[in-house]
Amino acid sequence: MNRILEDIRAAVPALSQQVYGKPLVYLDNAATSQKPVQVIEMVNMMNSGLNGNVHRAMHYLSEQATMLYEQARERARQYINAPDRENIIFTSGATAAINLVASSFCYKFLKNGDSVVIAGDSHHSNIVPWQMACERAGARLKVLPVDDSGRLEIEKLDSLIGPDTRLVAVTHISNVLGVVNDVRQIVGIAHAKGVKVLIDGAQGIVHAKVDVQAIDCDFYAFSGHKVYGETGSGVLYGKSDLLNQMPPYMGGGEMVETVTYEKTTYAPLPLKFEAGTPNFIAAAALAPALDFAAALDSGERGRAVKEEEAAILAYLPDALREIEGLTLYGTSGDKIPLFSFSIEGCNSSDIAQMLDKLGIAVRSGQMCSEPLMDRYGVTGMVRASFAPYNTLEEAAYFADSLKRVVKMLR
Amino acid sequence: MTIQETEDGIVEEFSVFTDWMDKYEYIIELGKNVPPIAESAKNENNLIKGCQSRVWLDCSYSDGKLYFSADSDAIITKGIISLLIRVYNGQTPKDIMESDLSFIQKIGLQDNLSPTRANGLVSMIKQIRAYALAYMNK
Repeated sequence: MNRILEDIRAAVPALSQQVYGKPLVYLDNAATSQKPVQVIEMVNMMNSGLNGNVHRAMHYLSEQATMLYEQARERARQYINAPDRENIIFTSGATAAINLVASSFCYKFLKNGDSVVIAGDSHHSNIVPWQMACERAGARLKVLPVDDSGRLEIEKLDSLIGPDTRLVAVTHISNVLGVVNDVRQIVGIAHAKGVKVLIDGAQGIVHAKVDVQAIDCDFYAFSGHKVYGETGSGVLYGKSDLLNQMPPYMGGGEMVETVTYEKTTYAPLPLKFEAGTPNFIAAAALAPALDFAAALDSGERGRAVKEEEAAILAYLPDALREIEGLTLYGTSGDKIPLFSFSIEGCNSSDIAQMLDKLGIAVRSGQMCSEPLMDRYGVTGMVRASFAPYNTLEEAAYFADSLKRVVKMLR
Repeated sequence: MTIQETEDGIVEEFSVFTDWMDKYEYIIELGKNVPPIAESAKNENNLIKGCQSRVWLDCSYSDGKLYFSADSDAIITKGIISLLIRVYNGQTPKDIMESDLSFIQKIGLQDNLSPTRANGLVSMIKQIRAYALAYMNK
């Protein structure tokens, strides 16, 4: 293994453990990523010494915690190139961020007879909130299909958007297919018709360079824990004029300016959408997490990671296809190292369960994307999703182990 | 044979395995040898849906005893089903209600029965107990 990759792995303690007596090969990064030392230290440091509620008190602990919380907001702003801190709303994750928009934006703008367009490669988190909003408003949900190779059929978007369409909600990178969607093109098509766009960036934030101003999306949602951060942190990016027009999502402390029993006025952005005590420790830990992510993408680290990723992408699909009856999904175009497949005569949960005992963590089943399973006519898939700290050796061990398991199952 | 005796026998059988892959090999073998469930019984009524795998369970009652047949689209699940059927077949509803299935833990397969696994096994056991309860009051 390359020395630089060894250094990266050494900075992520969870990777050096053994499970069932085997070295852990963690290939479930699309579900959650393992955390580097600096994130763990930030969480420990705040829990042990700087636990003061943010934005409230005059005392030292609160001030320090508030400073770290706001520093993380600034770090997130930089990371996705948002124009201002008020565009960065902290949430508990991508799901909460999408629900915020589905609730507030749709309350204001989605009316009876309108429609919302979603992408056919969506996670349930980018399906169900819109379905709920449409049911509430009496609006219609329309779906932009994916083709057999996992490519979103963007050419159909223009005709799918009607005068009744209020929002297009698409996935940046599908959690099942791993194909990078051309979100700039999608935004261009929607904006030409005056329709707003939300991007579910749960996977995108990890594998794509996200510049929300270049993409020109109206909303971008992501989770902290998928990008090496602590669970319970997430970001909703939104354009100021829209966020200002949207009613608050939840009422409570911190989101208000003045409160009387007759009338409450709301705090300015971003606090208007941050009612109650936020998970400020997880939010603060987003700063070191994004630092870690940025370092994986620059200098000699960046080069080493890219080389390894290219090697895995070149090796694994062919190695997997040596297995009789294996079908890979998401084979089109710009692809991240995420491999979902099904194997004839083998159940995905059997495969995952046996790989687990060989030290390999993969995902199996419907992967929170039941409509996509239906689209490809399967009841479940197995997914191996790689992070920059994974190696070609691990990919080879995975392929060999899979062959062994399949032989036993048949 | 009582439920406890069957359970003890299974624990004994599994005690020889020190390697997980050997254990799976045996469970897969058990799964492959489960007598097929009647196609007519593989219907929506008998279907227990999980996110990871599906299970069909059919139950019959005669002479005060319950008999089960089952199937699954996952072979490991099916292997565990065969153990459950071995334990429960021909037992009285009362004995089934009183059993605790501690053998599952003793042979290291408790993960398969965790409610979050969503493989249909937890629901299957619930369904078996529901049948037992229903026939107990007959």
